[in-house]
Amino acid sequence: MLSVKDLHAYYGRAHILHGLSLEADAGEVVALLGRNGAGKSTTMKTIMGLVPPAQGEVNFSGKRIDRLPSYRIARLGLGYVPEERRIFTELTVLENLSVGRQPVRDGAPTWTEERLFALFPNLGRMRDRPGGRMSGGEQQMLTIARTLMGNPRCVMLDEPSEGLAPIIVEQMAESIRALKGEGLSVLLCEQNLHFCQAVADRAYIIEKGQIHFAGSMAELMADAALREQYLSV
Amino acid sequence: MTLPSLLIQLLNGLTDASSLFLVSAGLSLIFGVTRIVNFAHGSLYMLGLYMAYSLIQLLGRTPLSFWAGVILAAIAVGVVGVVIEMLVLRRIYRAPELFQLLATFAIVLIVKDTTLYIWGSEDLVGPRAPGLTMAFDILGKRLPAYDLLLIVVGPVVLGLVWLLLTHTRWGALVRAATQDREMVGALGVDQAKLFTSVFFVGAALAGLGGALQIPREPANLDLDLSVIADAFVVTVVGGLGSLPGALLAAILIGVAKSLCIGIGTTSILGFEIDFSRLVLVVEFVIMGVVLVLRPYGLLGKPPAVVRAAGSAPPPLTPPRWPTALAWIALLVIAPMISDDYIAALLIDIACFALFAVSLHFIMGPAGMISFGHAAYFGLGAYAGAVLLKRAGLPMEVSFLLAPFIAAAFAVLYGWFCVRLSGVYLAMLTLAFAQITWSIVFQWDSLTSGSNGMVGIWPAAWLSTKSAYYYMTMVCCGLGIAFLWRVLFSPFGFTLRAGRDSPLRAEAIGIDVRGFQWMAFVLAGAMAGLAGVTLAFSKGSISPSAASISQSTDGLVMVLLGGVETLTGPVVGAGLFTWLRDGLARETDYWRAVFGLIILLIVVLFPQGLVGGLKVLLGRWRESRA
Repeated sequence: MLSVKDLHAYYGRAHILHGLSLEADAGEVVALLGRNGAGKSTTMKTIMGLVPPAQGEVNFSGKRIDRLPSYRIARLGLGYVPEERRIFTELTVLENLSVGRQPVRDGAPTWTEERLFALFPNLGRMRDRPGGRMSGGEQQMLTIARTLMGNPRCVMLDEPSEGLAPIIVEQMAESIRALKGEGLSVLLCEQNLHFCQAVADRAYIIEKGQIHFAGSMAELMADAALREQYLSV
Repeated sequence: MTLPSLLIQLLNGLTDASSLFLVSAGLSLIFGVTRIVNFAHGSLYMLGLYMAYSLIQLLGRTPLSFWAGVILAAIAVGVVGVVIEMLVLRRIYRAPELFQLLATFAIVLIVKDTTLYIWGSEDLVGPRAPGLTMAFDILGKRLPAYDLLLIVVGPVVLGLVWLLLTHTRWGALVRAATQDREMVGALGVDQAKLFTSVFFVGAALAGLGGALQIPREPANLDLDLSVIADAFVVTVVGGLGSLPGALLAAILIGVAKSLCIGIGTTSILGFEIDFSRLVLVVEFVIMGVVLVLRPYGLLGKPPAVVRAAGSAPPPLTPPRWPTALAWIALLVIAPMISDDYIAALLIDIACFALFAVSLHFIMGPAGMISFGHAAYFGLGAYAGAVLLKRAGLPMEVSFLLAPFIAAAFAVLYGWFCVRLSGVYLAMLTLAFAQITWSIVFQWDSLTSGSNGMVGIWPAAWLSTKSAYYYMTMVCCGLGIAFLWRVLFSPFGFTLRAGRDSPLRAEAIGIDVRGFQWMAFVLAGAMAGLAGVTLAFSKGSISPSAASISQSTDGLVMVLLGGVETLTGPVVGAGLFTWLRDGLARETDYWRAVFGLIILLIVVLFPQGLVGGLKVLLGRWRESRA
């Protein structure tokens, strides 16, 4: 589905990604774990075409996408949910969703406003509320719903559990399992190990822009020394 | 003034407000989505008038053909907007904001000369609207029916645009892109198409504003800059991005202007005040007051943080002595080996170079864009002239005092300006410049008004061309060297700290505003020195020294050379002055040629000339290494 090979990226002169490679298969939830500043968000932004890759290759459902503008990448069915949520605060819930709308896609689940409101019941109760007047958890759900309106085959979620109350994190995990149930691939950036444990099949550990571990979530949970080395703060 | 005439003036003001609103709404829409301050928006308004004139002539004088002409003119201008967006602006969305400004300014020049070529230089008086030529009796005064109709047009168009923005997906996309266009792209929206469509709507609104004025206002070539100044003012007073705010501001300014005409000369507390003279400044006074009280306009909100992959400008590198000495040697021997024409051209270039360097000083390192730097240039020039002719001071004293007078005004204006930032700051500088210009333009007894002042010659010992040449080189050279030296002093580092990270600079104890204010005054003084030096070399001075076009000339010089380099403004001033001089001799359409050259540079060297050459040089060195 999504495959990244030897990716390098820079912010100005700062070299952030040093030959990073990863894969996500159809219907799989993959977690990308690492400390602050390890390069998790940059990885997603580079895949999405928001940060230009200096070197390397990104393939998505059989197409090479690393030189495409981000709107073309999104139109191939790769959805992106940014860390800072980036809700359109002046727009209502329904308008936010309409911005994300794309035509129905073969081989990907089709979403309507009503189906999304079934997945995120809170949103259905505030259809005409401006995005700026919602709580953090509601905004996080809206930003995921907005991306799903594009009927993606794969979504990248950048720290979806960050800053949310424990009960909302629980709901978020439930929603991500539901997405997996629909057959979507999910690539997840996280610092919250327990959250990953609840949703992810496989995990990568990233540090200083390189992958230091690749394996199943169960392997990672079994290896305390590895977690101590790369994830403890 | 009687009640009926007051009422008529109020209605007149509302009529004027409609077109002003249409232009401003288009400007605001385009700025919101693309972040481009479209200097060419006044030109689109002007095109609307001319196109309506020709279309109505072509279609005939029935009510139907009149309105068809107006609508078609608006659509045609919209198409022109699309062409501009696709041919030029699309290539430079990733360039620095200021460079986009330069590109739109080049478009102003090209549109002006194209219009001159097609329609000629005569003012064209359009037909009255067929079927609406009657007038209504209002309390004994007559008001044309067409004017009444125009009063309604503003709010109606506001309503339509509002419906479009709130009830269509296109509108949701526009509003979303106004807040975060990168995110809109990541959701699969093709920004290029969205931007093109926004340009169509924005340009068509400006064209409609112009076309609707055809029965009331002759089409003429000066409309572009005067309308863009008005539209800037309206947009800023109303609050950037707020369409209701733009309507409110347009009404406020339209009514204030026509009241000034209506009141005429009145005595208040024993003083005779001629209000009609205030017409030229009243909008800028309103803008100044509004921005000081409400820094984001009447209905505006603080601007959203613009998300862009933009990085801080690269550090400046100080000039190298060998290069500087070579230039100095060249300038010293230049008058010995060439004729008077070259010396005169070099004097012009030196004065404009100092002017451009002083503008760059506040725009680049201090991060304050000024649309009104000509105010200090003009003030310096006029201060010298007035002290010499009216106060009878010796030339040397007048000359030396002039920069201080320009600085004194910069102290006053700067105090207000440094309280704002970004586009709002640029607009406020424009307001002060325009106030200065209109005072100079109208104070006949002091400045001889629109005629300008003549006989401003240097003292006897400086009266030969070569003596004044060396005098100019010393003054301007020292001025430029002084400003450059300051940039590499702790003061200059502090300025850059305040520009790159105002919050952190404040947090380590820097009074950012205070430093910006001082920078503003320094730059004002040096612009004044440039102005007075040029005035004494020409022997005469006219209000155009403080005009908008003088300010934009300065901007073009700085941006042409490159705002991120030290020597860029000097190169830009040299190239600008030399090109203008040379082109004006060769062709009547020098503006268009000049505009095309600017566009070419903008597309080829998005970092400015000097910046672009540095990049090329770097690549060449790398390829050899």
